[in-house]
Amino acid sequence: MIAPLGQLSLALARGEVTPTALLEESLSRIRALDPQVHPFMRLTEPQAQAAARAASARRAAGKALGPLDGVPVGLKDIFCMEGVETTAGSKILQGYVPPYDATVVRKLKEAGAVIVGKLNMDEFAMGSSTENSAYGVTRNPWDLERTPGGSSGGSAAAVAARMVPGALGTDTGGSIRQPAAMVGCAGMKPTYGRVSRFGVIAFASSLDQVGPFAQDVRGVALLLQAIAGHDDNDQTSSARPVPDYAAALERRVAGLRVGVPREYFGEGLAPEVAALVRAGIEKLRGAGCSISEISLPNSPHAIATYYIVATAEASSNLARYDGVRYGHRAKAGQLLEMYERTRAEGFGAEVKRRIMLGTYALSAGYYDAYYLRAQKVRALIRRDFDNAFTMVDAVLSPTSPTTAFKLGERTDDPLAMYLSDVYTVPANLAGLPGISVPCGFDSSKLPVGLQLIGKPFDEETLLRLAHAVEPEKFEEPR
Amino acid sequence: MARLARLSLSPEEEERFAAQLGHVLEYIERLEQVDVSGVEPLSFAGEAGLPLRADAPRPAEQQLPREKVLAQAPQHDAQAFLVPRIIE
Repeated sequence: MIAPLGQLSLALARGEVTPTALLEESLSRIRALDPQVHPFMRLTEPQAQAAARAASARRAAGKALGPLDGVPVGLKDIFCMEGVETTAGSKILQGYVPPYDATVVRKLKEAGAVIVGKLNMDEFAMGSSTENSAYGVTRNPWDLERTPGGSSGGSAAAVAARMVPGALGTDTGGSIRQPAAMVGCAGMKPTYGRVSRFGVIAFASSLDQVGPFAQDVRGVALLLQAIAGHDDNDQTSSARPVPDYAAALERRVAGLRVGVPREYFGEGLAPEVAALVRAGIEKLRGAGCSISEISLPNSPHAIATYYIVATAEASSNLARYDGVRYGHRAKAGQLLEMYERTRAEGFGAEVKRRIMLGTYALSAGYYDAYYLRAQKVRALIRRDFDNAFTMVDAVLSPTSPTTAFKLGERTDDPLAMYLSDVYTVPANLAGLPGISVPCGFDSSKLPVGLQLIGKPFDEETLLRLAHAVEPEKFEEPR
Repeated sequence: MARLARLSLSPEEEERFAAQLGHVLEYIERLEQVDVSGVEPLSFAGEAGLPLRADAPRPAEQQLPREKVLAQAPQHDAQAFLVPRIIE
């Protein structure tokens, strides 16, 4: 059994476990469970063995690099890692071996983390169930007939199944928080600009952000500590200093003001999810937080806004997959035919739908009605949060309106799939940090997540509140 | 739209996507009801005033070696990516 990351880090520091033994445990768990759950697309075993041996030597010599030295982690297959195939879940990138490390991968390596493999995802992070991967389906460790959510479903499932104590994902409209909720672990989308995206395969560049998964909030804090900060290779990354996130967990939450938006508790919310989130609210009230109802009046427009902004940006970002520089190329006599066939063969259905929607929203004659209007509604959504944060320190809601849905249930109905992200999308549009933390199980023994959204660059408050909500002991699937 | 997006679709795909995207567009059209008069569009929710880097090549030691980059291409020679012919 792999303990939650925060506890494991302490055990490593005390010498109760060695990095090499820990990697062995992680790999044997992966071998045992991956055939059923299938979060892993490929293992990086030789690199992991070498990294674990080096970490063990440092730990034995009392020269640990920090709290992550020797901790096994998994990477969503959207992060470039030198010498390791990286596909973003797409056939069009099959066989692509990046010649460099993403900044967050380099930072994890520098912190001594042991990267064990690449994790499954919806193609180009477009999806909410991980069913849009070209490389097979990942299942929810709590119920193998259900999805782990998405798009970072592999990262979430690997952590929840205790194959690895930590993982990285990306979140464009909820792709970290929603799967974290579906599998019962913690997952954070930091503020836009907190973490570098250099070497991260782009979906929608004004929304994409990298973030951590761990069973416990302390684990999320430790991973965020390692990956946050400015990067000369990402002009949108902030130069603000990175605070000590784990230290923030020691500060009490009494006196913090938490706002509960009435729009997030309306139609479509499963009653059992609402009840468990309300129990989480009571936990915070008991810890001395003041709770008040607030309004974010433009949130009902968030999904429509998102599906214009995100698809418009995606149609532009994905223009680079043309069969010229990397990945798949279709056989064709002429250039234009080569482009069209390469993209037809390489992209899956959801990616095609979104590219077409985005192309439409940006096309002459429709630009003002769709793209420009969506950007104005986006400004209103941001303004709602700005107003709320004059009165409260954080906004609390369910992470997703339901628990994990069944495999295949929503694959033919894109709109039903999109509505799974109704509570997570606003934070991306507004560029704000958000975290999902487990707040219990429904009567079918499926996990429920509670979301906290914070002011820009106030990840500390979210981590403190999430730590106060999370259970003292974590149950394990099966 | 598929032509603009450089995608060749099968007739079956065309029919299915048209129906699905029709539903999505119907949903998106609710934005027409929102009063956005006098609202400035928000295209970027990050920090204001982020510095731009100079538009200049990096020193050679910071660049990826050409052969390493070309090696990822479906077709290339020693210096360039190769593509099918453009002009008849």
